[in-house]
Amino acid sequence: MSRRKLAVWKFASCDGCQLTLLDCEDELLSIAGAIDIAYFPEASTTEVEGPYDLSLVEGSITTPHDAERIQTIREQSTTLVTIGACATAGGIQALRNWADVREFTSIVYAEPSFISTLDTSTAISEHVDVDFELRGCPISKAQLVELINAYLNDRRPYIPAHSVCMECKARGTPCIMVRDGVPCLGPVTHAGCGAICPAYDRGCYGCFGPSESANVEALAQWWKGLGVEDLDLVRALRTFNAYAPEFKEVSDRYA
Amino acid sequence: MHNERAIDVDYLSRVEGEGALHVRLQGNEVMDLQFKIFEPPRFFEAMLEGRDFMEAPDITSRICGICPVAYQTSACNAMESAAGVTLPHNLRLLRRLLYCGEWVESHGLHVYLLHAPDFLGYPSGIAMAEKFPERVETGLRLKKIGNELMTLIGGREIHPINTKVGGFYRAPTKAELQSMKPDLEWGLEAAIDTVRWVSQFPFPEFEREYEFVALHSPDEYAVDQGRIVSNRGIDIAPEEWDDVFEEEHVEWSNALHARIKERGSYHLGPMARYAMNHEQLTPLAREAADQAGLGAECRNPFQSIVVRSVEIVFAFEESLRIIDEYERPDAPAIEVNPAGEVGHGASEAPRGLLYHRYEVDDSKAISKARIVPPTSQNQLSIEEDLKTYIPGRAGLEDEQLRFELEQAIRNYDPCISCATHFLDLTVERD
Repeated sequence: MSRRKLAVWKFASCDGCQLTLLDCEDELLSIAGAIDIAYFPEASTTEVEGPYDLSLVEGSITTPHDAERIQTIREQSTTLVTIGACATAGGIQALRNWADVREFTSIVYAEPSFISTLDTSTAISEHVDVDFELRGCPISKAQLVELINAYLNDRRPYIPAHSVCMECKARGTPCIMVRDGVPCLGPVTHAGCGAICPAYDRGCYGCFGPSESANVEALAQWWKGLGVEDLDLVRALRTFNAYAPEFKEVSDRYA
Repeated sequence: MHNERAIDVDYLSRVEGEGALHVRLQGNEVMDLQFKIFEPPRFFEAMLEGRDFMEAPDITSRICGICPVAYQTSACNAMESAAGVTLPHNLRLLRRLLYCGEWVESHGLHVYLLHAPDFLGYPSGIAMAEKFPERVETGLRLKKIGNELMTLIGGREIHPINTKVGGFYRAPTKAELQSMKPDLEWGLEAAIDTVRWVSQFPFPEFEREYEFVALHSPDEYAVDQGRIVSNRGIDIAPEEWDDVFEEEHVEWSNALHARIKERGSYHLGPMARYAMNHEQLTPLAREAADQAGLGAECRNPFQSIVVRSVEIVFAFEESLRIIDEYERPDAPAIEVNPAGEVGHGASEAPRGLLYHRYEVDDSKAISKARIVPPTSQNQLSIEEDLKTYIPGRAGLEDEQLRFELEQAIRNYDPCISCATHFLDLTVERD
């Protein structure tokens, strides 16, 4: 049986999630042995034409051209997986969705007329069917390897959707919100990072986006009890997953 | 006319981000050349307005997954200079050590997986592994050690979480850092061997008279701080940036082009740092450079891979030195209050100087932000390299010419994701 074909695509993003594949230093050559890396311009000049069995898509849709390009990629891909906060929630660049993009353009560029952009930054799933989403800003190396491994073995990936709190417990980190009164988004944030921030004496800042059935309003009340101002709550919810519906709804309420 | 032709590279590979090149040739003469950056704009400077000053390192690190520590450091430097504070010695050592990790990771990625394949005739580092498995495995292990150093200090390698304006959230213990020493010692030897290996590659004969711009410190190889200097007399503090440099917006690029007001293009990155600072290199890095025959400066951009490898030697050597010197500070951070002030920050990203400027209002929110990434500063120099290189190579078939021009761009390790605010290659022959 011929090897299945992998493609890695980029939209508006920082390249960090696709870099995660190259950062799998111990697994990279085995992965390349198990699946044909057919299209991955950041790593290779070789371009094998589609269709592709597995497409990993990084980045959000922010230009008219990209809105068309994702349709072509979907048509060419049997399985399409989004990787990272930009592709699954619109990324930090979705902050434009609350602003006037023409004003944004003129703040950065001397000749706004040279710039072609959409008013919004949106998740890939707003445009095409997505088979699986990997969360995180950036994604977790272990979850990426698990996803590819599961795909190659025709099983579901084991990617828990519970909150970061579970990972703090597993890691043995005392709750910094309870112990130190540090505001933490861990209770409403999707697991996957391994609860890094609390282990470094910092509150979780939500870079994996909302967990399954996150009660963001309840956490907002808890934060207010810690003396957090509305403005700072809104800022905390409006970062790398600002346009994830669960975060957006509550940030709009307090804005 | 029949001797006109166009060479297009629609999507440059083995670079970070989306770019293209369009060249129009008439005989040997370059009629038009555009190094295009079509990476979609993300408007970071606009998104930063209204954000708390403490958010600048986390938000700006998302400009680039390859060099997040560079963004975090320039942002912290800017806020700390606005507040008129400097980091205590051990916190500053820790920041420099984290940055050394990023240099090892980013340079290791470029040398082994992105650039070496050009000289050995492979489409990728992964394809190169079939013939040179031990080399590629060495490169991956080097890179991994850089990532592990970043993970130990920063919490993770891409978008570290531990960097904070004023220091860190948690300072590691000396013992934690010392646990890295065996790997760093292995990495130092492997990096010295890397310099020997890459210095034997076949390099095209090509040199240009660059104005090299880099940070400089008298007592150390500048990475995380310093004055901005050049080989043609620039010697300024970061806050004097606007006196010397300017940015312009051209139609074919989503990256602003930076230039020296009076003279035009300049060159950033490993070759520039080496030219300005080789006397500050650590002893084994200097020895490796001498043995590779680099001399006082290197002006062949194809040999940047040698200089980059010398900088990997430096980063390992410096990491080991820092770990010996470091003592865990009592507090992981100092208070920083930049309210109502303007701050400028610069540091040496793996691919060159990265400048940030912020205005902070009385409520400590950012009211204005400006970020000048290295690749947008190198754009003019890249275009001039290509214009100078092409006439001698115009007799080549399109496919070979396209390959060589892409290689000439990769010499800069361009990071296009960064530069957009920042590439596709077309060569048109009329």
